[in-house]
Amino acid sequence: MMHNYRSMPKKQGLYDPAHEHDACGVGFVVNIKGERSHDIVAKGLQVLDNLTHRGACGCDPRTGDGAGILSQIPHEFFANEATRLGFKLPAAGEYGVGQVFFPVDAVKRKECEDAFERIVNEEGQRLLGWRDVPVVESACGDIARRGMPAIRQVFIAFSPEVKGVEAIERKLYVIRKRAMTEAERLGLFDPELFYFCSLSALTVVYKGQLISTQLPQFFPDLLNDAFKSALAMVHQRFSTNTFPSWDRAHPYRFMSHNGEINTLRGNINWMVAREKLFSSPLFGDDIKKLLPIVEPNGSDSATFDNCLELLIRTGRSIPHAVMMMIPEAWQNDRQMSDSKRAFYDFHSCMMEPWDGPASIAFTDGIRIGAVLDRNGLRPSRYTVTKDGLVVMASETGVLDIAPENVAHKGRLQPGRMFLIDTALGRIVQDEEIKESMAARQPYREWLDSSLVTLESLPEASGAPAVDYFEGDELLKQQQSFGYTIEDLKMILAPMATNGQEPVGSMGTDTPLAVLSNKPQPLYNYFKQLFAQVTNPPIDPIREELVTSTETTIGAEDNLFEESARHCRQLQLKQPILTNEELERIKRLDIEGLRTVTLPTLYRVADGEAGLRAALDTLCRRASDAIESGYTIIVLSDRGVNADQAAIPALLATGAVHHHLIREGTRTRAGIVVESGEPREAMHFCLLVGYGAGAVNPYLAYATMAGMIRDGQLRDIDEDTAVHNFVKAVGKSITKVASKMGISTTQSYRGAQIFEAIGLAEDVIDKYFTWTPSRVAGVGLDAIARETAERHTYAFKVAVNLDGDLDVGGQYQWRRAGEFHMYNPNTIARLQHSVRSGNFRLFKEYTKAVDEQSRSLATLRSLLKFNSSRPPVPLEQVEPASEIVKRFKTGAMSFGSIGKEAHENLAIAMNRIGGKSNTGEGGEDPARFVRDANGDFRRSAIKQVASARFGVTSHYLVNADELQIKMAQGAKPGEGGQLPGHKVDDFIAKIRYSTPGVGLISPPPHHDIYSIEDLAQLIHDLKNSNNRARISVKLVAEVGVGTIAAGVAKAKADVVLISGYDGGTGASPLQSIKHAGIPWELGLAETQQTLVMNGLRGRIHVETDGQLKTGRDVAVAALLGAEEFGFASAALVASGCIMMRVCHLNTCPVGIATQDPVLREKFSGKPEHVVNFMMFIADELREYMAQLGFRTLAEMVGHVECLDANEAIAHWKARNVDLANILRRPDVGPDEPLHCIELQDHGLDKALDNQIIELAKDALEHRKPVEIHLPIRNVNRTVSTMLSAEVSRRFGAEGLPPYTVQIHLNGSAGQSFGAWLAPGIALHLEGDANDYCGKGLSGGFISVRPPKEATFKAEDNIIIGNVALYGATGGEAFFRGVAGERFAVRNSGAHAVVEGVGDHGCEYMTRGLVVVLGKTGRNFAAGMSGGVAYVLDEDGSFASRCNPGMVELGPIDSQDELKQLHALIVRHGQYTQSEVARRILDKWDEYTRKFVRVLPTEYRMVLERQHLNMDSDLARLAAV
Amino acid sequence: MGKITGFMEIKREIPSRRPVGERLKDWREFDLKMPEDKLRAQGARCMDCGIPFCHKGCPLGNIIPDWNDLIYRGRWREAIDRLHATNNFPEFTGRICPAPCEEACVLNINNDPVTIKLIEKNIIDHAWAEKWIKPLPPARKSGKRVAVVGSGPAGLACAQQLTRAGHSVTLYERSDRVGGLLTYGIPDFKLEKWIVNRRVEQMKAEGLEIVTNCRVGIDIHADEMRSKYDAIALTMGATKPRDLQIPGRELKGIHFAMDFLPQQNKRNFGDALEPASEITANGKRVVILGGGDTGSDCLGTSNRQGAIVVHQFELLPMPPEKRTDDMPWPDWPMIMRTSSSHEEGVQRDWSVNTSRFSGENGAVKKLHGVRLNWKPDNGRMVMEQIQGTDFEIECDLVLLALGFLGPEPDGIISELGLKLDPRSNVQCENYMSSVPGVFAAGDTRRGQSLVVWAIWEGREAARAVDAYLMGETFLPSSPEL
Repeated sequence: MMHNYRSMPKKQGLYDPAHEHDACGVGFVVNIKGERSHDIVAKGLQVLDNLTHRGACGCDPRTGDGAGILSQIPHEFFANEATRLGFKLPAAGEYGVGQVFFPVDAVKRKECEDAFERIVNEEGQRLLGWRDVPVVESACGDIARRGMPAIRQVFIAFSPEVKGVEAIERKLYVIRKRAMTEAERLGLFDPELFYFCSLSALTVVYKGQLISTQLPQFFPDLLNDAFKSALAMVHQRFSTNTFPSWDRAHPYRFMSHNGEINTLRGNINWMVAREKLFSSPLFGDDIKKLLPIVEPNGSDSATFDNCLELLIRTGRSIPHAVMMMIPEAWQNDRQMSDSKRAFYDFHSCMMEPWDGPASIAFTDGIRIGAVLDRNGLRPSRYTVTKDGLVVMASETGVLDIAPENVAHKGRLQPGRMFLIDTALGRIVQDEEIKESMAARQPYREWLDSSLVTLESLPEASGAPAVDYFEGDELLKQQQSFGYTIEDLKMILAPMATNGQEPVGSMGTDTPLAVLSNKPQPLYNYFKQLFAQVTNPPIDPIREELVTSTETTIGAEDNLFEESARHCRQLQLKQPILTNEELERIKRLDIEGLRTVTLPTLYRVADGEAGLRAALDTLCRRASDAIESGYTIIVLSDRGVNADQAAIPALLATGAVHHHLIREGTRTRAGIVVESGEPREAMHFCLLVGYGAGAVNPYLAYATMAGMIRDGQLRDIDEDTAVHNFVKAVGKSITKVASKMGISTTQSYRGAQIFEAIGLAEDVIDKYFTWTPSRVAGVGLDAIARETAERHTYAFKVAVNLDGDLDVGGQYQWRRAGEFHMYNPNTIARLQHSVRSGNFRLFKEYTKAVDEQSRSLATLRSLLKFNSSRPPVPLEQVEPASEIVKRFKTGAMSFGSIGKEAHENLAIAMNRIGGKSNTGEGGEDPARFVRDANGDFRRSAIKQVASARFGVTSHYLVNADELQIKMAQGAKPGEGGQLPGHKVDDFIAKIRYSTPGVGLISPPPHHDIYSIEDLAQLIHDLKNSNNRARISVKLVAEVGVGTIAAGVAKAKADVVLISGYDGGTGASPLQSIKHAGIPWELGLAETQQTLVMNGLRGRIHVETDGQLKTGRDVAVAALLGAEEFGFASAALVASGCIMMRVCHLNTCPVGIATQDPVLREKFSGKPEHVVNFMMFIADELREYMAQLGFRTLAEMVGHVECLDANEAIAHWKARNVDLANILRRPDVGPDEPLHCIELQDHGLDKALDNQIIELAKDALEHRKPVEIHLPIRNVNRTVSTMLSAEVSRRFGAEGLPPYTVQIHLNGSAGQSFGAWLAPGIALHLEGDANDYCGKGLSGGFISVRPPKEATFKAEDNIIIGNVALYGATGGEAFFRGVAGERFAVRNSGAHAVVEGVGDHGCEYMTRGLVVVLGKTGRNFAAGMSGGVAYVLDEDGSFASRCNPGMVELGPIDSQDELKQLHALIVRHGQYTQSEVARRILDKWDEYTRKFVRVLPTEYRMVLERQHLNMDSDLARLAAV
Repeated sequence: MGKITGFMEIKREIPSRRPVGERLKDWREFDLKMPEDKLRAQGARCMDCGIPFCHKGCPLGNIIPDWNDLIYRGRWREAIDRLHATNNFPEFTGRICPAPCEEACVLNINNDPVTIKLIEKNIIDHAWAEKWIKPLPPARKSGKRVAVVGSGPAGLACAQQLTRAGHSVTLYERSDRVGGLLTYGIPDFKLEKWIVNRRVEQMKAEGLEIVTNCRVGIDIHADEMRSKYDAIALTMGATKPRDLQIPGRELKGIHFAMDFLPQQNKRNFGDALEPASEITANGKRVVILGGGDTGSDCLGTSNRQGAIVVHQFELLPMPPEKRTDDMPWPDWPMIMRTSSSHEEGVQRDWSVNTSRFSGENGAVKKLHGVRLNWKPDNGRMVMEQIQGTDFEIECDLVLLALGFLGPEPDGIISELGLKLDPRSNVQCENYMSSVPGVFAAGDTRRGQSLVVWAIWEGREAARAVDAYLMGETFLPSSPEL
């Protein structure tokens, strides 16, 4: 059960180590005054110990993913050691210490050491000596030991010229970089074998592939009393892989990171592009020795560390460098000081943000601090003690501190920095640091004199707003760029009319671009990547404040200097240019801003050679232009005619971008694309993603103008249409970026967040360098041919023969259009067969689907079966009735489809022992009991999605499987919205909302921002129902295998790999078509990665996405799936005819609609679905017999039974290389290929076992009980198992209030009181971590500071982030300030709190929240229901509230005031709140200071229904 | 996309027909016009389906949702362009097509289908009225010569496509007027002949050459054709009628439908007929054998000619009124259909086998029949005569409308020695027969079928001809799924 890798395996098959992700627990302890002691180190280790649950173990429970500690150089300790070893160290701070990993092999080690020593000498310094770092091998796990390096320390003394600590550090930097380059030259380079954990005169890093508790056992040094430091930074890693990887433990040399840099590829590219411009007086010629700055094979954190180091060593202070790399969201912050804004504006001309969730702890050995990214998606809590200690960590309670010693408890806030300067001996606040940085230079003046905005440029007089092409010319232009009727009707029309992105339904079933017979735009060979699990997507609508479309284009200057020249750039509000704006840019000719236009046309008759030559010429011209001083290059394809065709704009852009990067001149000019080609969001995303700073889609504009002229677009003028289009594209780019968790267009530019499917390696390498591409495909020849086909259509086909654009057929089936697997034939045959129960007809259907001889559509259509096993008689194959137990129907919410259709699926699946899925909309408890006829309408799978609709304790205990939906195939990385008109009384009841009020599902789960958060949610759900399997639904994309490995390590029981093509109720077309990849790739990657990691035996693998036939299932099983989901097919069996209007509520067959008239037309029967499932199983059995498998279990993963079908001669498909998909990992024969064991969820260690025992009387006899217990941060998800017991026994109603009263003392771990059932009251004295009261299901929670505490509770943080997420009922009182996203998606709880962070009450749909203090920014974003009362003492609340959906006003009703008063009274009663007392004392005065936050839509619904809030809330309580 | 909720708000409505009494007095069309607002409302019922089954149900592949929407929005001009993109002759199909599209309409699952055929007819009529239909001569000539043999819907479509592609096309017709069945077969009350002429005029103006009264293979021989033309397309229909070999068949007054129907067309043209060969139902008791469209046409014609009574017998059992489980949507269902001619008076009967005719003076006087029982046998339906159900019926005119058995094999087919398929149609691969450069389409290739199929075949065959001549073709295609 264990793999044999000695180190991280190299890229193989679909596995690529580059996809590894990690996240973790991070923390530090520092003595503010800089007093060194061993105690600080010991405390650091204790913090680490208490963060153990944030790490993970792989298949070997004793091998962790990595742990480490960074401290100051313990001079006393090293001096002693040196003396013992026979050499003498200079004074503290005057020598460098390296902590080095060497190859275990003595010869190789010697080579490395010799090389290193030589370099030290060459650099004029002296190597004092070596020390073997003592290690206790037995303290680490087997896998870790197998990859364990030799660990040595080296000591270096400096020549007198090297004066001062900064000079020493610079010299060490040069030495280390040279050593790496030298090692590479000698062929020794392998970061796992020769690696510097640290090389510094100030800091030393001890780390390894360890579990946090093993760290001090492994490194006895750390226990030595002489090992003293004033600061200790610690880190516990959770990696998605389990391979030995000692170097990937944190801390790095300057920082520890919890989170993930999403824009990494772009950041690396831009760094490489900048290198040639580097010049620093501090280094002189030495600067060249530092290259490459970014060390190969590093993780995102390592790369970040590389860049941070560069900025620091070239003269910036550590806070300055951090501010450059992770700027806060300044563009939309109206309250920010001008000088700070100028600082950020200026620096944005030098470096794009390193975007993504990041909690980064950093130190240069003197200053230590932490910063949170603009979204604030990682938790960071700190405590300042009265005796001068600061403890910062991902959680509170990691260090035992006497309450009376606490001076202050706080949290890091989004975009904010927290810094302790031990030299100054004090904490430096965010504002102070940043204002001092902003004052460093006259940034504002520089900007004013140098930065040019587009608006400030002279109007381009005479430039026509929109092109008018004469006669048929418009048509010809459109045809030559491949426009279709659908592009006009489905893409341009909605964008031009409403500025909306086009929406569709039911997924996609058309061929991959590389398999299509229609000429495909090059864009279609790319698929969008998106965030799932290891980083969160963000909500660009409700959290717009963190997004920005602003970019600058022009030349960058030397990164290490600052001057007015550095911001001589053109600033754009967003990257889509009108014709007039482009003309302004074209006319630019001032110092430092000169534009040149390069044509991107080629003679189409010259074919591939002509295209290749044109690209070479274009690249050369771009180089020449830069040489001549041009700083903006416009790539223009205007002028297409009968002779000349356009180079695909994406190809031209990628070619120039990567050519200039390779040449080292990329940052000397910006690229603008003027093209007739781009027309849909994906096109623009790709152009920007491959380096374009701005795009002018002149033909899209001309097309819209044409549509207006001929009446296709009405009631709109050209200007408005163009304006709307630009707006829509801008929104889409932001959205596509935000799917990946990227907030700014600036950092999205060039970030290449795409995977190519079906492009040849040489095309990728040359024009789209570093883009993941695993199946190869077509080369320039095919690209030229497809261009020529479009061109021919435009210029050779007489108009009188075919006077219109191509029909398209991408979105709606057309005979002359794109092939669809669901077409009139297949749908009719499938429906006829399942209705008549006729297997022969069914085989006709599957034949029509499987035999894609004329029209290839899927990767699986390129495969054939090829078994060397002897066939098995059919009757010996396990029966269909067994096989169907592995079948599931897809997650479709009640709400997206109607009651009849939903229950029909459930009944059918329950009849055959399969599983249906609730989808995200909750489930009517009436379905939890069997019907009189024996049918069961309960969905076996209960989905837990981001909005947690109806997710109560009672819902959770009524599941056989709990599915966490991380993403869905049709729109991974996106949220959803159920419009108010679909929310009828019943749906509102099930979703704990108000009829008529729209419901928003946010893109991320707000309790999952990283892999260890997912582990926490899995743990929570397991606690909520220990009888249910926990499943995690992922969508296939490059790297999904690694994520799946992380999911396995997070202890999910099932991982579902969904194809990108799955159906949906409503989704943006750009998502349906372009986000994610086919399941074949994702599944194969998952199987390979899990098997290589030795994790496959621990988790079930499921797949879905356009599974339609027995053959599909057979292929999926062989590729590694043991369970299978069907959604669209099950709907078609139920009567769906692929209307694709689910989003319009007009489903004519009564499936995807809530309209009672239409629902009556639903004609599906459970038998139809049963027949379908049985037919699939029957057909699968035939394949099993033929291939020689008696059971499905033995079939799973036998990929050797699949082969590429050589017979396929399709001109594009024949270039597809399936070898990576068909690769069987190189593991022993005993390595399991399917799930054979259960995960250990560790529930036996839960505090709840004790609590349940103590609550016996209540559970068995409904008698009141009181329980008193201490609690610590490692006690997670406390009371959830108890709640499950209550829900199982007493149903949704639970126990009478306060039946079980639990008094706890200390810091509660995460998810305190999650899904707390009615009748349970938690009284916590201390504080709590993230997710407190998540899913609160009617229980009661109060949290207050310890009695001994002396700090002012209302100024200190009491609970973490995302409290009361998705609560459906109950009460909560918190005496103190809560973190970000308090009561997010609350739909019923009543809560009082004394202050909240950003995004309070976000997406709330019901319930009541009282905030007796300050709120953060973006309060009430997306809040569609419920009410909040905010005490606004200084009148500033309105500026922090998101007014998008709510109205602010005074509390005008006496009933409301009475209710508020009562709540505050209770708050005081349960928490002894000073604030409550103060308010109640002067009630009349304070009532005026409350602001009522009421969602507009909610108010209107209430008014319409003549309800008031109280009765609505009462109704809610009754639910 | 029509009106999103149109199908829920608007009921299907078709125009009323002229009263039977009135329309029996002439040969004019029977449908009344529908006001434009009503028509547009019918267009609004279209749901713009993700999979428009109508578009598959239509043999031509008409992109029905597109023009339904255009009509709803009153954009008539674009509607005719979209319609013409797949159909050369909507004025024919809009009148005489049985509209399989409507059977396949998604609304037909649980509602009434969109009035597709009605909308089609109105689009084209509107376009003609607005004088939007102009000749579209090719911009460039290819220099290639093509002969199209047979001027029915397949030949016309094929010829028009090839002419527009730039070839010099000569259309041969053995009759005195072009149009084939459209002209000499379909009664005027279903398709008035000026409508055919109008289209033929357009084609002439585009450069089509027409040769009538010329029997290819007899009046002009294959070798001459081969030498004169670079390619030949055979679109001669499937005109060999199925006969009934029973006693009394030789009696006078028993005729093939296709001997009877064209005469009326000629009369309506004002042509003089040879009295000896004239067939008329006036004052006669008529029996029509065959329950299909041709039978129906005989019926309407007979009634207008003044028949005393008309019986129509069908061998097969009476079909059900509605779809049954074994005739599921969207397939074409074998259900009871009542044509306009049936409305005008008929005695229909099913499961009837005609055993013999008897007559006086060599003329038919009686039909002798027996009732049949159909029952399943091994998955097929077989018939057996029901004992004691023999009957006889008096008649003076018997019209045989029993279908067709493929193209007439003599003439050009035998001259060229073309291979035939088992159903005695010309065997082709991508429309080219066993002789290179000789193509076939329409009923000649696929056997007796609908006008829409003929037009579609003509169009697709034109592509094959064009590709054969030029090495590539840019003629549009609407491929079968």
